[in-house]
Amino acid sequence: MRHCDTARLDPPDLLPAADGLLTELGDSPSAHGRMQMAYACGCAEGGMDVIYISSAPTPPQASPAPQGSERTLGRPGGLLSQGANRPYKLWRVRPDSHTLPSLANKLPLLGWYEREMMDLYGLRFDGHPEPNPLVLHEGMPREPAPLAAHFDVNAAALDFSPQPPIVPQVLGPDIQRLPFGPVRADIVESAQFLFFYIGEGILHYHPRLFYKHRAMEARFQGVALAAGAVLAERVSGIDSVAHALAYAQAVEGAMGWRAPARARYLRVILAELERLYNHLHYLGHLSKTTTLKVGEAEGHLLEERIKQINARLTGSRFLRGLVTPGGLRRDLDISGLDKALDAINDEIDRYLVRLESTRSHLDRLMATGILPRQVAFDQGATGPIERASDLDRDLRRDHPYAHYEKVRFSIPVQQGGDAHARSLVRMEEIRESLAIIRQTIGRTKPGDVLRLDVMEDPDPQGEGLGWVEAARGGLLYAVHLSEDRTRLLRVKIKEPSFSNWRVFPFTVEDSNMMDYAINEASFGLSIAGADR
Amino acid sequence: MPVWTWFGLQKGRATTPWPEHPGPDGQEGVLGLPRFDAARCSSAQTGCTDCVAACPASAISANAAGAVRVDYARCVGCQLCTEVCPEGAFTVSHDWAFGVRDKADLVNRGNAIVPTATPQTANEAELAQELKAFGKSLHIRHVDAGSCNGCESELQALLNPFYNLHRLGLFFTPSPRFADLLLVTGPVTAAMREPLLRTYEAMPQPRWVMAVGTCATSGGVSGGGYACHQGLQGILPVDVWLPGCPPNPAALIEALLLLLRRRSQRVHGGQYESA
Repeated sequence: MRHCDTARLDPPDLLPAADGLLTELGDSPSAHGRMQMAYACGCAEGGMDVIYISSAPTPPQASPAPQGSERTLGRPGGLLSQGANRPYKLWRVRPDSHTLPSLANKLPLLGWYEREMMDLYGLRFDGHPEPNPLVLHEGMPREPAPLAAHFDVNAAALDFSPQPPIVPQVLGPDIQRLPFGPVRADIVESAQFLFFYIGEGILHYHPRLFYKHRAMEARFQGVALAAGAVLAERVSGIDSVAHALAYAQAVEGAMGWRAPARARYLRVILAELERLYNHLHYLGHLSKTTTLKVGEAEGHLLEERIKQINARLTGSRFLRGLVTPGGLRRDLDISGLDKALDAINDEIDRYLVRLESTRSHLDRLMATGILPRQVAFDQGATGPIERASDLDRDLRRDHPYAHYEKVRFSIPVQQGGDAHARSLVRMEEIRESLAIIRQTIGRTKPGDVLRLDVMEDPDPQGEGLGWVEAARGGLLYAVHLSEDRTRLLRVKIKEPSFSNWRVFPFTVEDSNMMDYAINEASFGLSIAGADR
Repeated sequence: MPVWTWFGLQKGRATTPWPEHPGPDGQEGVLGLPRFDAARCSSAQTGCTDCVAACPASAISANAAGAVRVDYARCVGCQLCTEVCPEGAFTVSHDWAFGVRDKADLVNRGNAIVPTATPQTANEAELAQELKAFGKSLHIRHVDAGSCNGCESELQALLNPFYNLHRLGLFFTPSPRFADLLLVTGPVTAAMREPLLRTYEAMPQPRWVMAVGTCATSGGVSGGGYACHQGLQGILPVDVWLPGCPPNPAALIEALLLLLRRRSQRVHGGQYESA
């Protein structure tokens, strides 16, 4: 696969390989190298492979990240950009009679990926610590596994009678059990949260996601390359650019295309506009949970104004309909963008300063929902969540794409790991996004925006990997193309919210009910993205 | 006075006077669903079906005679048809107010005979009576039945200071017991079907249902397969269908007021009439 060092392993080699990866990472895990995802792919000659993708750790001889003010500078290519452009590591394993050893005990973040494969492909993972249904709920038919043989994109919707979820027995006096959802108060996405609590203290928390599982990965099957971008935009609507971009880059890798310079600059602008409205929405929502009403209104008003700028710039409030494999579908007139952002730049700045100095707001955030660094690493936290837990990773700097290597920006990192740290990281990212957009506007020169010529060696198998640092964290697309390279065979989406939902319960248990809403808001999770 | 209140008051009013009074609707530049001009389409003669092939949502089809038919209930507004059409029969438009009471009004049959829109006079008197009981107020229970969260983002925007939905007497309510309208987004996933039906059953009568977004009206790009139904058709009785991917906040307001008969329908037989 493009951008990957591929190794074919036999099932018995899998556990030693996982040990090897852990040794490479060392006792105090590098922020950079990490297992990313695993997925099944019924691609080559009728067989099924399970593919593990990890990002390469920092080589041991590299000097540690410089301390002080330079530490967060995103200078690409230098010492500061650890692991830059190093290929991902890829293991390809053919399961033995539908069975593989589970790696979840060594690499905990794989737990959900393995459960997903158990549900959708009918695979077995020996020794899995939690072999319960994940994507297909209890009560849904298990056989045949919906993606097992050949994807049947036109199968009828599953018919079943819902069953209660399998949860640990929580026994004792005065324990209350509260199922919340799947239809929840307010205008929110559907999911069910099961709380076991005594008084205010939460003993156990079981988020039951995948009520919104739409089988989006299966929907890509057999679709033409350009139409795939339209689908990708609709996996998670508030991350439309990130999804379309990761998809487009994966296809470009497989085809050997390279988007023209102007398109790459414009992609940076689109991606940062998306980060802006998402982070502003998040600040408004967080203010709501701390009952800061004017803060809520102003955050959402600023979000609205960015969305209106988006609409005037691209015709879509979600910046849709532009990113496509090979570049952009049409050119953009960015001449008025600078001025439009000028008009709200100071307002955003004053808003952030006011939030940072409101004690009632900060009081509720500090020490709420603490995520320790090691847990964040082991369980696969990504994006602002891991950066608030002192993991200095950002794909824009570590594996530059689009034209991020041409702009200077810093990656905010916080040590606290609490809701306050997550909020600070996002606030700083808002300021950085505004700066990135300004720099990029200055560098964008006239030119083509779409090029469908083979500029580099195409991948011999027609497989590609694309990645984007979305507003919610690292997003990866793996695409497998048909033999004639006009259609999609298999698309796997590693969604940042899937990763962060896996992490989130670790901050809920042992906390209290009053902090729950604040903590959930501070994670800024997308359920559509996680469920796909 | 608390500092936030002071800053809030200092900002003044951010709310648009639209739609009650002339003012910006906030949708400047927003592309709506593409317009189809059957007179410019020569597919019956040339056999050109570029638009049919390009549409990722199967919203465009051609019959045996070659006449192109557009089902706006399925359109996701991706604009691919406007890019491939060699004759300019599909053009980019800013048409976004696509709420209709009868789903058939979303189908543009091109040269075929357009069915005359049947005004639902039979129920109209009864409905007027029901609406009267609510005064000018409406309480909405929203259910996400599997959307991509684009629709949620726009529904949440209705409550921001710019649209400020409350001023129109429209409120979202957490409880189905207090709700007059069930507003559904998403194609209805297998797992959300039962929670959706139970929410509907919990609502007192009279009650209405609105399908919001292309997924809820037809399944959109995510409908079908083992995990999804094809929107609300056949699952709940729907009073207003609003396609769009996602429908923008102004379109949502128009559709809500259409339900309350405070705004008239702008799409008939798949043709958009400008205001």
